[in-house]
Amino acid sequence: MSTGATTTVDHVDGHDHHEGNYLTAGRGLRSWLFTLDHKRIGVMYLGTILFAFLLGGIFALLVRTELLTPQQTIMSADDYNRMFTLHGAIMTFLFIIPGIPAALGNFILPLMLGAKDVALPRLNLASYHIYVIGSLMAVASILAGGVDTGWTFYTPYSTTTNGAVILVTLSVFVLGFSSIFTGINFIVTVHRMRPAGMGWFQMPLMLWALYATAIIQVLATPVLAITVLLIIAERALGIGIFDPALGGDPVLFQHFFWFYSHPAVYIMILPAMGVISELVAIFSRKPIFGYKAIAYSSIAIAVFSFLVWGHHMFVSGQSELAVVIFSALTFSVSIPSAVKVFNWLSTMYRGAIRLETPMVYALVFIFLFGIGGLTGLFLASLATDVHLHDSYFVVAHFHYTMMGGTMIAFLAGIYHWWPKMFGKMFSQKWGNIGAIVIFVGFNVTFFSQFVMGAKGMPRRYFNYPPEFEIYHVMSSIGSYVLAIGLFIAAGVLVHSLIAGKKAPVNPWGGATLEWQAASPPIHHNFDSPLLLTNPYDYTAQRWDEAEQGYVPVDPEKEPQTT
Amino acid sequence: MSTATGNAHEGRHELAHYFDSTRQQFESHKLAMWLFLCTEILMFGGLFCAYAIYRANHPEIFLYAHTLLDKNLGAINTIVLLFSSFTMAWAVRAAMLGQRRLLVGLLVVTLLCGFGFMGIKGIEYSHKWKHGFLWGEQFDYTEAVAYASGKGHGDDHAAETGHEGAHADDEAAIHTEVPAATAGDEDAAAVMAELDQAAAVTMDHGHDAERIPRNLHIFFGIYFVMTGLHGIHVLAGMGMLTWLIVRASRGDFGVRNYTAVDLGGLYWHIVDLIWIFLFPLLYLIH
Ligand SMILES: [Cu+2]
Repeated sequence: MSTGATTTVDHVDGHDHHEGNYLTAGRGLRSWLFTLDHKRIGVMYLGTILFAFLLGGIFALLVRTELLTPQQTIMSADDYNRMFTLHGAIMTFLFIIPGIPAALGNFILPLMLGAKDVALPRLNLASYHIYVIGSLMAVASILAGGVDTGWTFYTPYSTTTNGAVILVTLSVFVLGFSSIFTGINFIVTVHRMRPAGMGWFQMPLMLWALYATAIIQVLATPVLAITVLLIIAERALGIGIFDPALGGDPVLFQHFFWFYSHPAVYIMILPAMGVISELVAIFSRKPIFGYKAIAYSSIAIAVFSFLVWGHHMFVSGQSELAVVIFSALTFSVSIPSAVKVFNWLSTMYRGAIRLETPMVYALVFIFLFGIGGLTGLFLASLATDVHLHDSYFVVAHFHYTMMGGTMIAFLAGIYHWWPKMFGKMFSQKWGNIGAIVIFVGFNVTFFSQFVMGAKGMPRRYFNYPPEFEIYHVMSSIGSYVLAIGLFIAAGVLVHSLIAGKKAPVNPWGGATLEWQAASPPIHHNFDSPLLLTNPYDYTAQRWDEAEQGYVPVDPEKEPQTT
Repeated sequence: MSTATGNAHEGRHELAHYFDSTRQQFESHKLAMWLFLCTEILMFGGLFCAYAIYRANHPEIFLYAHTLLDKNLGAINTIVLLFSSFTMAWAVRAAMLGQRRLLVGLLVVTLLCGFGFMGIKGIEYSHKWKHGFLWGEQFDYTEAVAYASGKGHGDDHAAETGHEGAHADDEAAIHTEVPAATAGDEDAAAVMAELDQAAAVTMDHGHDAERIPRNLHIFFGIYFVMTGLHGIHVLAGMGMLTWLIVRASRGDFGVRNYTAVDLGGLYWHIVDLIWIFLFPLLYLIH
């Protein structure tokens, strides 16, 4: 990484030039719904995605409440099946896959590149519109009788059961297009819109992560598209490709499905890792340790992600050779993931760590993702997986990575870029309290699931033997605590919009380009020439008491007077 | 007048505010198109994968079924699409050189090729429909048996291939001397149950019997999904060509601005390329 400044050095106060910001640049609903501004599209994505998260969360709480007792508690077994299916489908396809890339990525990617917009703003808007249509279809499937297949739509059950399977799989197809469009946009933008002087290895790591994510989105999603199309053809026409009654092969469906859906978990986690890479460095006031290792590991994860799908079928009757190979490859994915974790820890080592809310979430991420990643090794090894397969151990494992990982990083990112997005500071104290309540609630909810899974409690069951009741009760209580924590986190942000102090240009002392734009940025992002530096060099800025934020150190006029 | 022609020659070129140069804009759009084509290939890749798996597991079905497709029509369609790719490539060149009338003409020829392809495909589909050679549960075995027997006299070569295919695989060659109408015959049923895998539905039609491998419908499931999805892409391409023709005759394109024609050409070529793979895989099996 080179350190020197390359582009024009001009005054980079970034003070409000009284021409309004992107939020006030146009008025009325139409100016939002048909905007081509990546920032507004990002904000709309954020709102819609958080609404989907609320919906999926309500379904989760209903599922947990039903499981409070070994028998029926609040709903019938059929309703329960629909609930966990909707929880899974909404959380996966509406919340966590688009989450960080489409909401935060859209907002932050062009800013980090110092660009005026993404390379294809129309495609970007189309992606949002398609996302909304797909989400409405998913929600409509609830009214059309619901779906009880689980979010994985395994055949032959999904091709024979009643319910709105066609509608919900079609919505997955539509949402896939939205994901592909975002991916294409990001790849093109990173390739073609980098400013002069920003080579690949001068990019912030968040961009590496978004780039690797986009590659997976573009290469894996089409396979999901054809898979759900075949399910639809199977149900509507009886095409017979997955239907054993017609000589078809249901395990082929599993191969197709996981060929997308395993890489999809890296669509979820890679951008989260990108957020954490930024935050750990900024809040430790230390250059990121092992920049190239983190950058390459993002690409390595993207490549490996395509080679491990078979670990979902260890007990589905794969050949033994395939099973052994998939197991070995799955173990090898943990290497680039661990590379990242060690680099974050090394960055923090002897750093001047500041426990501001984004950093608190980042630490929560590292802890929970560590547990999630390590328990993945139990599932990757063949002998233990036979016992743990389809048990609550698996449920706990992927919630530790997906919720403890991605959702926490999403929150970290929202808090981190909130001042930039809306120009308001939030209460750090209440932000931290929310993070701690979430941390406690999360562990109570899901650690008990590790225990009961290891003891043999299968996932997705409506009734269970009484000896598991204690764990289920703990897990359900934990989920309520978790929900309270999330409401505190949301309340802090809403409160900041109403009563928050005005945010400075650079509240955290970030060295990436978005911190040179006004808070919130103007319509075309930057109003003055950019000062391009090493994105992890924090020596060129100092805290300014009057500004309540960081300002660049001017080497000629030191000390600076305002 | 001279300014008007000059304009038509140059084409309308607009540089979006977020790009620094037309070159950056052109290259961005081109990269996006290539990425989109990658997704198309991967989407069909799933189907090619399904094809490979079923062909490896049931070679007798594919050997038999391809004789039921019309090679000649398939070959004509291949030529039509290849020719349309040629006119499309020429159209891109005409756009680059600002030859507006030639560009419109070539795009129209390409579009007509699209119509030709879909027309021939329609003839093929209606033929399959008439004889019940359909997917999965829609497949009509009685019709198929009757058709295969009739065809056995008319088209010796095809029947021959069918025979060899069936004999090549021992299990596929179970030949019971009973008409399909009495397939419930206990002996035949016992044999079929015993050799569960590739039993044969048989019909004694006069002197020589025709075998139809079990699960023949699997081939037609794959055939209709692959050619159907491809057909939808051809239709989308034809819509795109129509739009290009409208814009070209309006004089939107010229030496400075031919991105849309270029990208449309790429899309049309990929649709063509997919057919180049589909044709031998479905029609020319040995
Ligand atoms: Cu997996």
